[in-house]
Amino acid sequence: MNESETEGWDCMKSLMLGNAAAARGLYEAGCAVVSSYPGTPSTEITEEAAKYDEIYCEWAPNEKVAMETAFGASLAGKRSFCGMKHVGLNVAADPLFTCSYTGVNAGMIIAVADDPGMHSSQNEQDSRHYAKSAKVPMLEPSDSSEALAFVKAGYELSEGFDTPVILKMCTRIAHSQSVVETSERVMPEPRPYVKDIAKYVMMPGNAIRRHPLVEERTEKLAEFAETTELNRIEPGSDCSKGIITSSTCYQYVKEVCGDKYPVLKLGMVWPLPSKKIVDFASSVEKLYIIEELDGFIEEYCRNLGLDPVGKELFGYLGEYSQNVVAEKLGQPVHTGVKLDSPVPARPPVMCAGCPHRGLFYTLSKNKVTVLGDIGCYTLGAVAPLSAMEMTLCMGASVSALHGFNKANNGESENRTVAVIGDSTFMHSGMTGLANIAYNQSNSTVIILDNSITGMTGHQQNPTTGYNIKGDPAGKIDLESLCRAMGFRRIAVVDPYDLGECDRVIKEELAADEPSVIISRRPCALLKYVRHKPPMRVDPDKCRSCRMCMKIGCPAVSMRSGKAVIDKTLCVGCGVCSQLCRFDAVREG
Amino acid sequence: MVRNIMIVGVGGQGSLLASKLLGRLLLDAGYDVKVSEVHGMSQRGGSVVTYVRYGDKVYSPVIDKGEADFIVSFEQLEAVRWLEYLAPGGVIVTNEQKIDPMPVITGAAEYPEGILEAARAKGVKVDSMDALSIAEKAGSSKAVNIALMGRLSKYFPFDNETWLRAIEACVPPKFLELNVRAFELGRAE
Repeated sequence: MNESETEGWDCMKSLMLGNAAAARGLYEAGCAVVSSYPGTPSTEITEEAAKYDEIYCEWAPNEKVAMETAFGASLAGKRSFCGMKHVGLNVAADPLFTCSYTGVNAGMIIAVADDPGMHSSQNEQDSRHYAKSAKVPMLEPSDSSEALAFVKAGYELSEGFDTPVILKMCTRIAHSQSVVETSERVMPEPRPYVKDIAKYVMMPGNAIRRHPLVEERTEKLAEFAETTELNRIEPGSDCSKGIITSSTCYQYVKEVCGDKYPVLKLGMVWPLPSKKIVDFASSVEKLYIIEELDGFIEEYCRNLGLDPVGKELFGYLGEYSQNVVAEKLGQPVHTGVKLDSPVPARPPVMCAGCPHRGLFYTLSKNKVTVLGDIGCYTLGAVAPLSAMEMTLCMGASVSALHGFNKANNGESENRTVAVIGDSTFMHSGMTGLANIAYNQSNSTVIILDNSITGMTGHQQNPTTGYNIKGDPAGKIDLESLCRAMGFRRIAVVDPYDLGECDRVIKEELAADEPSVIISRRPCALLKYVRHKPPMRVDPDKCRSCRMCMKIGCPAVSMRSGKAVIDKTLCVGCGVCSQLCRFDAVREG
Repeated sequence: MVRNIMIVGVGGQGSLLASKLLGRLLLDAGYDVKVSEVHGMSQRGGSVVTYVRYGDKVYSPVIDKGEADFIVSFEQLEAVRWLEYLAPGGVIVTNEQKIDPMPVITGAAEYPEGILEAARAKGVKVDSMDALSIAEKAGSSKAVNIALMGRLSKYFPFDNETWLRAIEACVPPKFLELNVRAFELGRAE
């Protein structure tokens, strides 16, 4: 029980999460400023970095702000960092493409963590394309030890070639622990800020002179890629196949093949070393490219005139594993036994006592069309609540609601809402709300304010009043913010109070002007939240009507025809008791 | 030679501490170790799995079908959900507790009966115990994870001291006594 804090770094050799190792790399390389937005599987890089007092760390409202903050720190002469998940890089793509042109002053690293298999994401995009199209180098570690080393190498590259550098993680590297050797923090030479309008003001006349430098830089980086130890050839005894791979796929290949086939292990996946690849290909009979998601390296090889085996065999979907690699390469595959009958699935659910539950129950009961957003509350789409009909990306609920209502000439306004969490609202819901205020749709937006960024594991945000270290910080007041945008109807409800929720939702949907409902109650998992004793069911009063089951609480189930409440899970929120017409569910 | 331990359960049951404990123990014993965890959405009451691998040199961070020497399960249904990952001759060490998944709660599915017996009938060694009662006896229902580690420890050549040192390194001092008690009760079962 109870995780302890990450242990001290007194022992030189320790087991470290890939993300923690990247953070250690930031520390050792003398990084001074970290600004990130949380996103699985990237979050712990910044959380771990914040444990080093020598590094200034913060949660920014979104990834674009984080990257621009890191850029400003680099400009000021300090090594900087920003971290995000793959879809976060979409948000930060704007500064990325142009800070490729300006280059950096002190080194700047951008970590992006892909999520093949979509353990905790809305798509399976491949971030390597960003490195190519923004023309910046990308390093891709294959374990924790490399995560640490590549951060340090990344800063050298960044300063040596005057470019931001992308560190590309993925779920299995970010969230796997492996052995790491640590060393001391070494501060780089100071790089004071020098006014340089031609380099840093990207208006057309200056940018047009920077673009050729970017192309030259890519050429030089490609030469570097030919000789750097980041890309290494591991000889094999059987040259009938040769494999180019990187990241976690490298580990699967070594697990299955050992030293049988030669391997070109890429630590730098952009720019790619053309000559090294062609030489490697000519040293083997058949070239294989083993890479998750897109055929990024494969396409490059085809452009070099090579004919590798890649996606046609391995496919574009999900994660690979040692068995996948073994099967495709004709090696023995491990198998196990299965039961004859299927096992019921166990999908993720809203926690017992989750404040979102009461609100979604009310929306479902009123047959409201709910346009949703990204967070724990996306689970409102799951049965039995099934109360969410759209989720696209951060902030889309609010903007899409406006478009939905405009397209319906306002007819959907009294039965459609947007639902968005406090952190997601700060990230990119505010701009959508500005559009509703400005372009006047009679839309109803519900902000689920649970006083924390929940899904990614409890990070502070601009509405919580605390910073990444848990110290008091600026606090944005949601009501004042909405009022300043011109909203006059702002209602605050407690989602544990079903009657109040029902009344307010009906009232605001019926109103003939736009409104914001703030559903406010802290996440039940927050340490400071005091729980009531568990509820209990009086079996003599229970009529087995299953009304209490309609909220989909994991603590409530039926046993021998009667409702029962699991006392180890229940936090006494009392939502189920409000549904019982026979007074069978009582406080414990 | 790489050995594999899978820790499976329901999000929130404390599998991360169990894997941290094993990681520490095996690293101290001089092995190369990799531990692969799950964070994020699937932690919210869903089925969760953690992989612990150790040996002279470990490459892949994950355990694949037919490879687990041990599956340590915090819940019955989860023990059989991952059965296919067990290596021939592998052992399932499981808590007998049942936690209904949402399809069972909503009535869309039934919690299957006799699943551990069905696994045994397939020739699988299933070592089951009431870890919840043991944890409660030790002082907290949340110590199920360490009670199961106690049971698992019987399959390893490390002495009690070595395990206790690893526990001490992984749990906060104020919960140490409780966890040591849970471990020893699980080991004595």
